Order: sequence, then C-alpha cells, then structure tokens
Amino acid sequence: MSIPEATPETKVVKDATCTFCGCVCDDIDLTVEGTHIVDAKRACVLGNSWFLNHEVDDRPSCHVDGQPADLEVGIERAARILVDANYPLIYGLSDTTSESQRVVVGIADWIGGIVDTTTSVCHGPSGMAFQGVGEVTCSLGEVRNRADMVMFWGSNPAESHPRHFTKYSLMPKGMFLPNGRKDRTCVIVDVRKTKSAKAADIFVQIKPRRDFEGLWTLRALAQGIELDPETVEQDTGVPIATWQDLMDRMKAAKFGVIFFGMGLTMTRGKHANSEALLALTRDMNRHTRFTCKPNRGHGNVTGADNVVAWRTGYPFGVNLTRGYPRFNPGEYTASDVLARGEADAAMIIASDPMANFSQPARTHLASIPYIAFDPKETPTTRSAAVAFTVATYGINVPGTVYRMDDVPIPLRPAFESPHPSDFEILSRIKRRVRELQAGPVRVV
Amino acid sequence: MSDTFILIPGRTSKQGCGISEGKYGENYQSEVNTLQVSPSDMERLALSDGDRVRLKGEHGEIDVAIKAAKKGELPSGMLFIAYGDMSSRLMGGDTHGSGMPTSKGLDVELTVLK
Repeated sequence: MSIPEATPETKVVKDATCTFCGCVCDDIDLTVEGTHIVDAKRACVLGNSWFLNHEVDDRPSCHVDGQPADLEVGIERAARILVDANYPLIYGLSDTTSESQRVVVGIADWIGGIVDTTTSVCHGPSGMAFQGVGEVTCSLGEVRNRADMVMFWGSNPAESHPRHFTKYSLMPKGMFLPNGRKDRTCVIVDVRKTKSAKAADIFVQIKPRRDFEGLWTLRALAQGIELDPETVEQDTGVPIATWQDLMDRMKAAKFGVIFFGMGLTMTRGKHANSEALLALTRDMNRHTRFTCKPNRGHGNVTGADNVVAWRTGYPFGVNLTRGYPRFNPGEYTASDVLARGEADAAMIIASDPMANFSQPARTHLASIPYIAFDPKETPTTRSAAVAFTVATYGINVPGTVYRMDDVPIPLRPAFESPHPSDFEILSRIKRRVRELQAGPVRVV
Repeated sequence: MSDTFILIPGRTSKQGCGISEGKYGENYQSEVNTLQVSPSDMERLALSDGDRVRLKGEHGEIDVAIKAAKKGELPSGMLFIAYGDMSSRLMGGDTHGSGMPTSKGLDVELTVLK
C-alpha cells in the first residue's frame, strides 16, 4: 500500500473525539497536515499519543498466511474460514465503531458462532453483577454537576483515564458545585498508593484480595450493624474507625458516586466483588443519593455492550450456534472457549488476545485459522491466517461510539486512510458468507 | 532461595502510550517487561535496577528485569507490572465461571537470577 502524498494544507478539526479510553473526550481540536496529526489540543497524554501516532501504516491492507494479498483474496478466505467452521468465535470489538459492531453480530448470527467482546476480560464480571443486583447509575454530566462525594475503588484514572478528574469528576465547577474541587471530597480505595491517590482527600489502602470484605464492612456500617474491630482490621487491613469515618462522610454527602475498576473484577471474587459494590451503592440510597459507574477502558467497549445487548439480549459471551442467543460467562466467553480448545476458527476485531490472554488460550488460538483486523501490527495480526490493516476509527473513519456512561458520541475523522475501514471489509465478508451459505446458483 | 509476593498487573500511562506508538516499539516493550519492586524489598534482597528475577506462579513463570517502584507506591510484599505478554503468561486458563481469568493479586515466588 503506497501512502498518498501529503498536501501542504493544514486544517483544524474542531471537537474531534478521542477513542483511546472510555472517557471519549469530544472536545479535542486537531491540527492536521496531510496524513499527519501534528497537534491535539486538550488531549491527555494517552490521547496525544493516540492521535499523533496513528499515521497511515505503510503496509498492505491484507495479508494471507503472512504474505501480502489482494483484499478480494483475503475476503474470500475469511468468508470460507467462517462458513467452514463448526464452532467459530468472534471476539474483540471494543476499538471499532458501533456500526461495525452491528455488522459483526450479524455475521455471528449467520454462521452460528459465538460473539464475545473484550468486556469479558475487563468489566464482564460487573456485567454479571448488574444482572444480579442492578445498577444505580448516572451520566458523567450528573457527576460533573452534582457529585460532592467522588470515590474510586480499584481504579487508577490518573494513568488509565487522565482527563477523568479534570473533565468529569473532580475539578469542574458544576451546577450545584460552584467551587469545583473545593466542594468535593475524593476517596480512593486501592491496594497500592497509585498516582491517583495523590488527588484524594482520603486514601484507604486495603489488603490485597480483600475488596469484598471491605465493601461488606461498609454495607454493615451503612445499616448500623456492630462489627468486631479486631476482625475488621484483620480482614481488610484497615481500622474500623477509618471505615466508620468513611461511612459517615458517605451518608452526609448530597450526591455520591463510586467509580470502580479492574481492581475489583480481575481479582479473586470478581463478580462477587462488583456485586458487593453495586449492593453498597443501592443500600446508600436509603440515606442519600448514591450512584456507581465502572471506569471503562477501551474507547467503544461500552458500545460493544450496547450493540451486542440490543442485537441479542445479552451484553457479551453470546452463543448463537442454536439459532437463538444463549448467555453463560465461563462457558461461552472467549478466554474459556479458547483455553478449553473448543473453537475451531476465529475472527478477532480490534483487540490483541495473542498478547493479553492466558497461555492455554493463546496456544489454541495460534493453532486454528483466524482472521484479524487492526490498524497496527500486533502479536494477533502476526499469527493470523488473514490479517487486515484497517483505517483507524475516529481518526480516519466516522461513526458512533458510546462513552463509559452509555452516551453515544459521533466521531469526526481527521483525514482519509488508503486502508479500508473494518466496516467495509466486514460488510463484504458478511455478503460473501451469505452467498456461500446459499450455495451455487442453479441455472434453470 | 525464593520469596513469596503478591503480583498486581495494571495499566500505566507509558504502557497506554506504547499501545498507540506500536506494540513492537521500545517504550511498550520496556514497560511491559519490567517488574516494579518496592524500595524496601529491593534493599532487603540486595537488588538494583536492571537486575533480573524469575517469577513463578501457579500457571507459569517469567523472567523479567526489575526497577524500584516510586517511594510509597508499593507496600513491601507486593509487586507491580504493566499489563502485557509477561503478566498474561502468569494467568491460568480457568475463569471460574466468570469469563475472566484471575489477572490481579497473583501469588508468585520470586527468585533472583544471577
């Protein structure tokens, strides 16, 4: 693929949307010179790196078996891999548009496969907890305008969502918080004193793998149940006086919010940890207004949850092999289906399981034919039977993404890429899958 | 001789920037292949930045270089590494019915490599 000549023109794209993390900041002004973004005003360190490093990769748009190939050849091979499979897995989706996500669920339905997203290895346990407990929630706009008690549990936004504090949760002067940061109390609960802890008024350093115990301590204190101080400190590593002080402040707040991260969902207990936090939030509404939100990592992982849910009724890990959707995390989720050696083909969109999955899952994925889509070269694209180099969503491709609070946001691309979008390739694969399933045309 | 630690893999801004720069770039590779150790554990084990250690968990083992964590960030007995290939090698395939392998709070044995 040859890169088009950059024109000397410089243009400014106002209010572009950053899709690196779940904050999905849509107030970035990009200065673009040809196919280079040279400045990203208001972007954080992660956003700056996202915009300034996504130039056009000088690689073919398609590789088949590691060799450059025509797009048509790759699409044909991909469609045949999917149609010939008995138990195909489609996985990823958190770094592409909701328009592409919609097409992918359609393909999974036609081929009778599994569709799972990176949610299953980030906030999937929270997704399970939502179904068990429910979610008392709010938008980031409400946090900005109302939240005078802002808590982060097992989450380090200073490194994962750098504008979280300044744009949404701590610093802004809101409708009911005219003094901004001075009107808010910030609490951080974590096993280590992260960079985010510096922003906190109160830092609670909990014992590793004892989030469940800490959350249930607060649930008990919310209800005025007497606890044995020695047991509490032994279990959580935190004196009961600290927990009681925290509970008193939570009850005294006018509007509280708990943002929680993968410190809860990736640690032993997983969905039980998230359930405890959701239940605590629910309990707090007997005393004051309290809400919670998972801090979502990828730019459109929330869109993946939404699209898969409105297409199948379930948010991730959906099995469509019987022609109707079934949901069972641990059975139909990508990590499990691969680690148990069940899937016989896969299509990976905008994610990198060859770097992020367990070794048994990676070993199996490397042993089956799979298709990969990514703007950049990754361990997953390197081992793929068919690898597509695609245009980058938000930088080259328009569409819709969902912010972590389920608010849909439009993308405003900066420049065109010579590589096709994943939407275009997926749409063509879907058409070819339908043609192959229909069989040869009979001439009567 | 080995010591028992709890390993916390997690996001760092350098690792996040490295994803955009390219996973085969130096920034990403150095970040995901470096283990952070608390200064007190570094002193107790007579370790220096750049030394190599072996971490052995229930599901695998890795050899990595180390560096001292910023003072106060890590308590003694806890290790930190940025998400990536190395941290994933210590995860098991079983997700205990959740879809999520246990990826944080992993018990590991640390052995200093000479």
